[in-house]
Amino acid sequence: MTPFDYSRAASAADALSLSGRSGAMLLGGGTNLVDLMRKGVERPMHLIDVSGLFTQIEETPEGGLLIGAAARNGAVAAHPLVRARYPMLSRAILAGASAQIRNMATVGGNLMQRTRCAYFADVAGSRCNKRDPGVGCDARGGFTRYHAILGASEACVATHPSDMCVALTALDAQVRILGVEGDRTIPIVQFYRAPDDRPDLETVLAQGEAIVAVELPPSSVLNRSAYRKVRDRASYAFALVSVAAGLDLRNSAIEDVRIALGGVAPRPWRAFKAEAALRGQAPTAKVFEAAAEAELADAAPLPGNAFKVGLAKRTLAAVLAELSGDGR
Amino acid sequence: MAIEINGRKVETPHDPRVSLLDLLREREGLSGTKVGCNQGACGACTVQLDGERVLSCLTLAVQADGRSVTTIEGLGGDAGLHPLQAAFVEHDGFQCGYCTPGQICAAEAMLREIASGAPSYVTADLSAERVALSRDEVRERMSGNLCRCGAHNGIVDAILDVAARRAA
Repeated sequence: MTPFDYSRAASAADALSLSGRSGAMLLGGGTNLVDLMRKGVERPMHLIDVSGLFTQIEETPEGGLLIGAAARNGAVAAHPLVRARYPMLSRAILAGASAQIRNMATVGGNLMQRTRCAYFADVAGSRCNKRDPGVGCDARGGFTRYHAILGASEACVATHPSDMCVALTALDAQVRILGVEGDRTIPIVQFYRAPDDRPDLETVLAQGEAIVAVELPPSSVLNRSAYRKVRDRASYAFALVSVAAGLDLRNSAIEDVRIALGGVAPRPWRAFKAEAALRGQAPTAKVFEAAAEAELADAAPLPGNAFKVGLAKRTLAAVLAELSGDGR
Repeated sequence: MAIEINGRKVETPHDPRVSLLDLLREREGLSGTKVGCNQGACGACTVQLDGERVLSCLTLAVQADGRSVTTIEGLGGDAGLHPLQAAFVEHDGFQCGYCTPGQICAAEAMLREIASGAPSYVTADLSAERVALSRDEVRERMSGNLCRCGAHNGIVDAILDVAARRAA
C-alpha cells in the first residue's frame, strides 16, 4: 500500500474539513476500499474514517425511513423497521456478500463501491478507462460474463456490483449529501453518472462532499415486493442479473410499480420503460413479458454475456408473476 | 491507543497500513487466525470485533482501536476445547484445518445472530422474531467461509449439533 495518514472524524464538520484536502478519501467499513488500496487501484494520501458518524436508522415525519450513511449493512437488514416496512431492502442486502462483510460494510460505502470488473482491479496487467481514463479497455474482447448489457459506453462496460443499491433505486431513495458548499438531497437515479467517455467519474459527489444518509419515502408497492438474485453459485457471489420489484394492484389492474435491475448496467438500473409498459394494465403473463421486452429492447450484449438479455427478461417476468399471485 | 485482543490490551500500530490480520499474526504471534486470499473472498481470517464476525484482512488495525477482538485463541483455551471445536472434531468438520479457525469464529458469532432473530437470505418470514434453524439456514449464513477440502457437510453438522445442545 502507498503510505497514507489516518484520522477518525469526530463530527460531520470535521469530516468535511478533512476530506476537502487533495488525496483525501472517506473510509467506511473498508471492505472495498482497503482491498483496492492493497491492489494499488486506490492510492489515497489521507483516509478519513467516518464509520462512527451517522449510524442511525429511524422513522421520518413523512412515514418513511432515514438510514445513516455509517449504518452497517447487516444492521440495516436486521432492523425491525426495515424488515417490516421495506422487506425488499432487507432481502437485497442479505443477498449480497457474506455475513462478515455485511457486518463491516456501511450504507455510504455500499453506494460508493467500485465495480468488480477484473480488468479494473488488475493494475499490472490490464488497461482500464475507469482506472486511467483514455488508455483503453481490456474487458472488451476479454471475459465479459459479468459485464453490462444496458447503459454501457464505448469506454466502459463494467457493472455496478451492489445489491442494496438496486433495492434503493426501486424504492426511490433520496441521497442526503453534506458539503462545504452547502447540503443537498438528490434522488438515487441522479446520483450515478452514465459512463460515457469518463467512466472514472461514477457519481455526482464532489471532493469535499459526504453522504450522510439515505432516505426512503413511503410507498404503495411495498406489500407486494421482492428481490431476486441470479448468480453462478447460491450464495456469496455477485449477481448475473437481479430484480428488485414492487407492485400495487387495485381492482385487478397495476396501479403502480417500481422495478430496478442489478448486474446488467454500470449503475443500478431503474427500469422506467418496463414500469411505463405496466401501469394501468392487467397483471398477466403476457403484459409482464411485454414489459420485460420493452426494457431490454436497447440491450447491447457482448460476446460473453448475450445470455443476460434473456435471463433478465425471464427473471423480471417471473418476479412480476410471483408478486401478482394470490398468495401475496 | 490500544486494542483489546482476547482480553489483553495491545498497543495500536502507528502505521495505518497494518491490517488487523497482520497485527494478530506477525506482531502478536496469534497465528490461529489464517491468511487465505487476503482480499475478502474466503473467510479464513474471520475474527470477532466487539462480538461481531468480521474479516481481519480487510480491517485496518487502526479501525479496531478502542475495540475488543476475539480470535480462535480466545475462544478455545487452556481450560479445553470450545464446544464448537469439539463438535468440529466429532463431525469431521475439517480435513487440512486451515479454514477451521475462521469457520469456528464465524459460527460462534452466527449462533448469536440467530439467537437475536436476525434473518438471512433464505429465511422465509422476515417478520418472524425467531429463526427456525435448518441446514439451509446454516449453509447460507456460513457461505462466507470457504473450505477447499469440502468439509462443509461436517461443518454444518457440527454447528447444528452445538445449537441443538444449547437449546436442550
